[in-house]
Amino acid sequence: MQVIKRDLVIIGGGPAGLAAAISARKNGLKDILLIERDKILGGILNQCIHDGFGLHTFREALTGPEYAQRYIDEFHKLGIEVMLETIVLSLDNNRQISVSSKEGFVKIQAGAVILSMGCRERTAGAISLPGTRPSGVYTAGAAQNFINLQNKQIGNRVVILGSGDIGLIMARRMTLEGATVAAVFELLPTPSGLARNVQQCLNDYDIPLFLSTSVFELHGTDRLTGVTVASVDETFQMIESTKRFVPCDTLLLSVGLIPENELSLGAGVNLEATTSGATVDDTYMTSVPGIFSCGNVLHVHDLVDHVSEEAALVGQSAVRYVTQKTVRDSASIPIEAKQDVRYVLPQTVSGKTDFTVSLRVTRPMANGVVMIKDKGRKVAGKKIVRLHPAEMIRVKVKAKNIETAEKLEVSVQC
Amino acid sequence: MLKKELVCIVCPNGCQVEALIEETPALKVLEVSGCTCDKGIAWVEQEIVNPMRTIASSIVVEQGDFELVSVRTDTAIPLGKIFEVMDIIQHKRVKAPVTIGDRLIENPAGVPCHIIATRNVGVQP
Ligand code: SF4
Repeated sequence: MQVIKRDLVIIGGGPAGLAAAISARKNGLKDILLIERDKILGGILNQCIHDGFGLHTFREALTGPEYAQRYIDEFHKLGIEVMLETIVLSLDNNRQISVSSKEGFVKIQAGAVILSMGCRERTAGAISLPGTRPSGVYTAGAAQNFINLQNKQIGNRVVILGSGDIGLIMARRMTLEGATVAAVFELLPTPSGLARNVQQCLNDYDIPLFLSTSVFELHGTDRLTGVTVASVDETFQMIESTKRFVPCDTLLLSVGLIPENELSLGAGVNLEATTSGATVDDTYMTSVPGIFSCGNVLHVHDLVDHVSEEAALVGQSAVRYVTQKTVRDSASIPIEAKQDVRYVLPQTVSGKTDFTVSLRVTRPMANGVVMIKDKGRKVAGKKIVRLHPAEMIRVKVKAKNIETAEKLEVSVQC
Repeated sequence: MLKKELVCIVCPNGCQVEALIEETPALKVLEVSGCTCDKGIAWVEQEIVNPMRTIASSIVVEQGDFELVSVRTDTAIPLGKIFEVMDIIQHKRVKAPVTIGDRLIENPAGVPCHIIATRNVGVQP
């Protein structure tokens, strides 16, 4: 069979893939192919019709489709090759890709690969919700797709489990469309989404948010008729005396996102347990040479602006790999998450160039300093007024500060 | 005098702010604390007197390659006017093609804003 060759293949045409492709082209690479399974580019942004995207990148509040279109226009202006409605079946550690496209089965040999497949939502099965299996239970993103792209109404009286941003956005969206959102329940003692979304999506419409509360059973045979909810204690055990029935015909789940790394695993890419994404160095190369990762398939972001920024950097790294055949620096310095830090990314750095550490904290804190230390010596730090697990923190590190470093440790000091 | 706690919604930082308010003779913001930037201060002053929001929704497209065109208000509108504006958006129909930025409804419910398209919709092939 014929094998097509490309210098760079990008898997996934959402915000990460688009920004990576544009950056690679702007850094001088000609032979680039982007593969997208949908009919259109833009990924999840197409259904995120609310505004608030692009405040960092464009200094204005755009909706998802508008933000995507700016990148799609530039992508086409640069004349980058794209295969739409094409599914990648497999990727191996020599960067050979098998795809199923409109033209049939195709094999592609890539000089470098950028993984930008994004993430998917946790489902009712994934969080093992007991009870019957009536219709009316959706992930928040699926509901968003039905309402915003397919013009389908999904229910009248809605309960939302989980206070992730998509759930909060959908609470407002369904209210505006005429549904009643009875309540949002969150297992954790703090909201998972951004504070501004709690304000403008719930408080504006008097939608109650119950923290340390969860859904414990679904009711109904054909259609959902209600859910049993109850408060939980500090160890997340149900408090029996607080059990109550909440009538509803629709339950939306906004209980987290999981990076879609099936292809990465097939190529032998090492994944990290906390992020469920690849481990990468400061060029965003994974454990497999020539395979890079960025966007939500690497770690779930809260702002698309950060995805675009990260992907642009990865596009640049991939070009360097293809043109200079750069190999990984053997003297890599590991970075580790310590006190109150849930994860750090990248996991190793060369120490040769400046880089940015992305991290999330384990719990809400106030007036903290994110400290990056090498054997007790401070190499970088950032003062932050409010630290929250829902908000990704980024700290710049200068190469000249870590020339002699052996291991970097990231912690929060309050 | 009254103290009010708010979350600034202008940017994802979501600063927790406190406003000192005078209620008589007229609603007036005396002091704002907790904002990280000037945009936030201006927002708090507006929020206390008359909260404003941008809203997004969709309009049904006839003969389009998409069934819906996503839309938003081109400027923030009074919070209290949202449902009136939504009612007009829900009853509107437009014909393809539609281009990002097209004004699909002018001054809905008399509110000084326009409803603009946020997606390109081509004609059905
Ligand atoms: S005060 Fe400024 S920085 Fe803080 S949320 Fe508002 S706009 Fe953002």
